[in-house]
Amino acid sequence: MFDIGRWLEIFQSIGKNKLRTFLGAFTVALGIFIFTVLFGMGNGLKNTFKKFFSDDATNTIFVRPGTTSKAYKGFKEGRRIQFENEDLELLKKKLGDKIEYISARVYKNVQTRNKKESGTYSVRAVHPEHQFLENTIITEGKFIDANDIKNKTRVVVIGRLVEEDLFKTEHALGKFLELNGLAYKVVGIFKDSGGDNEERLIYAPVSTVQLIYKNTEDIDQINLSFNRSIGASGARKMVTDITKILKEKHFIARDDRSGLFVRSVFENYEQNMQFANVLQIIVIFIGIGTLLAGAIAIGNIMVFVVKERTKELGIRKALGATPNSIVGLILQESVFITAIAGYLGLLIAVFTLSRLGDSLEDYFITNPQVNTSTIVFATFILIFVGALAGYIPARRAARIKPVVALGDD
Amino acid sequence: MGKDSLHVLKGLNLHIKEGEFVSIMGSSGSGKSTLLNIVGLLDTHDEGTYYLNGDLIEKLNEKKAAVLRNKFLGFVFQSFNLISYKTALENVALPLYYKGVSRKERQKIALKYLDKVGLKDRADHVPSELSGGEKQRVAIARALVTNPKVVLADEPTGALDSTTSGSVMELLKEINREGMTVFVITHEEDIAAETDRIVRLLDGVIMSDEKVRKSVKV
Repeated sequence: MFDIGRWLEIFQSIGKNKLRTFLGAFTVALGIFIFTVLFGMGNGLKNTFKKFFSDDATNTIFVRPGTTSKAYKGFKEGRRIQFENEDLELLKKKLGDKIEYISARVYKNVQTRNKKESGTYSVRAVHPEHQFLENTIITEGKFIDANDIKNKTRVVVIGRLVEEDLFKTEHALGKFLELNGLAYKVVGIFKDSGGDNEERLIYAPVSTVQLIYKNTEDIDQINLSFNRSIGASGARKMVTDITKILKEKHFIARDDRSGLFVRSVFENYEQNMQFANVLQIIVIFIGIGTLLAGAIAIGNIMVFVVKERTKELGIRKALGATPNSIVGLILQESVFITAIAGYLGLLIAVFTLSRLGDSLEDYFITNPQVNTSTIVFATFILIFVGALAGYIPARRAARIKPVVALGDD
Repeated sequence: MGKDSLHVLKGLNLHIKEGEFVSIMGSSGSGKSTLLNIVGLLDTHDEGTYYLNGDLIEKLNEKKAAVLRNKFLGFVFQSFNLISYKTALENVALPLYYKGVSRKERQKIALKYLDKVGLKDRADHVPSELSGGEKQRVAIARALVTNPKVVLADEPTGALDSTTSGSVMELLKEINREGMTVFVITHEEDIAAETDRIVRLLDGVIMSDEKVRKSVKV
């Protein structure tokens, strides 16, 4: 390894056989390049899927009422279903600790005003647990809490963009905001990774909104999340249970598809992640195939190289080269070429990926990158491949009797 | 290469003393090349005994054979067998590399031997830039560079014209006069006639073994 004489021999051999060296090196560089780029793209695809679902907790279940499409138990079809507080209580009672978080949602579009600035914003009236169902991040103040629900306080938690729109450079926290002419105190500011729309929302206590708007117990939607310990099958059963409980209570036929909607992110997420994983596996498969093709190609070239150099190796043996020194010579040259070429391919690939950046986002590829461990893995593969590709022909060369090698033309 | 052994040499008994200039004569198929390969440790013998420099050669592995070749033997081949991408100097220096001589020292010794064969000014040329006679002289310099016990020459003039052949033989003779044992294999009478002792082989058997009376130059 540290024999300068041998390195000189190798450099001379490479220098005098440029085409051969180039072909071998090119194959390896290309193999590594394709492997790395494909792997990066696969990662990019996964990143996209992850991003899609990062907004909401993946164990969330949404329950929405609809309009019946079938007559059932004396009720006509075309009846609009309305949830009320007791529906939420019923689910809590029946499902118990299978529920992780649960919250009602009441939607209102309200004219919102702070002094001269005004606009129409969506208000979501919710329970405190809603914060965890939506990944709402409080940057200042607090979220709606149990006291707010109990005392029906007139407080709001506003999105980052609501503050920007209506308060400009001022701080909103602690100030009052007019919603349809009634003053509410801003008790919190939040941000949300779900995008601009999510940050233009206003959260208020569900009880307050119910009181102010006609003093009803109406609920527009119920959001809940399941306890992860119940597993995938438990979650599926929970979706059926919720459907059954609420259909029974609201007299909706079992096979009525429009009376009630129960949607779970979890199944979508599972399916999509599975899809991304399958794609990644395919990509890895193709990448490894390419790498293997590169390895076989360099092995092929090395076999040819050794064949071509049989006579030279015979001369070297006649002059006193031991078998080990022959193996070492060929092996070192092979590993050297593969390592250098492969590393070059790797660098170009990493550079290409970083240049691509997010330009392929329209094609569902976000931030295509390979991590350090993949690079280390690829480097090891390279050295291994180089050694293997060189070793088999080198050993064969070292075994040939010098008299046979010398007779080779 | 096959498993079947072929008896090429039969009951051969030959003793070459230090400082001799011997030629092995024979037509193709007489076994002379086989003999050279065995003497040169390029091939192994199945039966019989072989002493090189007083040591019995048996059960040699490749590594040992390589070391012995490097230490005791110098080769001159009919087709020169120079490495095409190395210069004359590098070709001559190669055996010293396998001997473990330092790079600087290698260059110095190789240049000395190139000078000896009259090719010091061609040191930086690759074989393709040299004439046949020059190539063979480079090969002779390479054979001598490790200061071996024996120089083995296999049809050293086989690829050369008669004038160049003469000068190559002169060079071998000169080397012999300096005390080197030279072992030439040839099928040409006039080449054999230049040596001190001619051994004639036919079908693997020694037909004759005679000392040549040297014609004294006037």
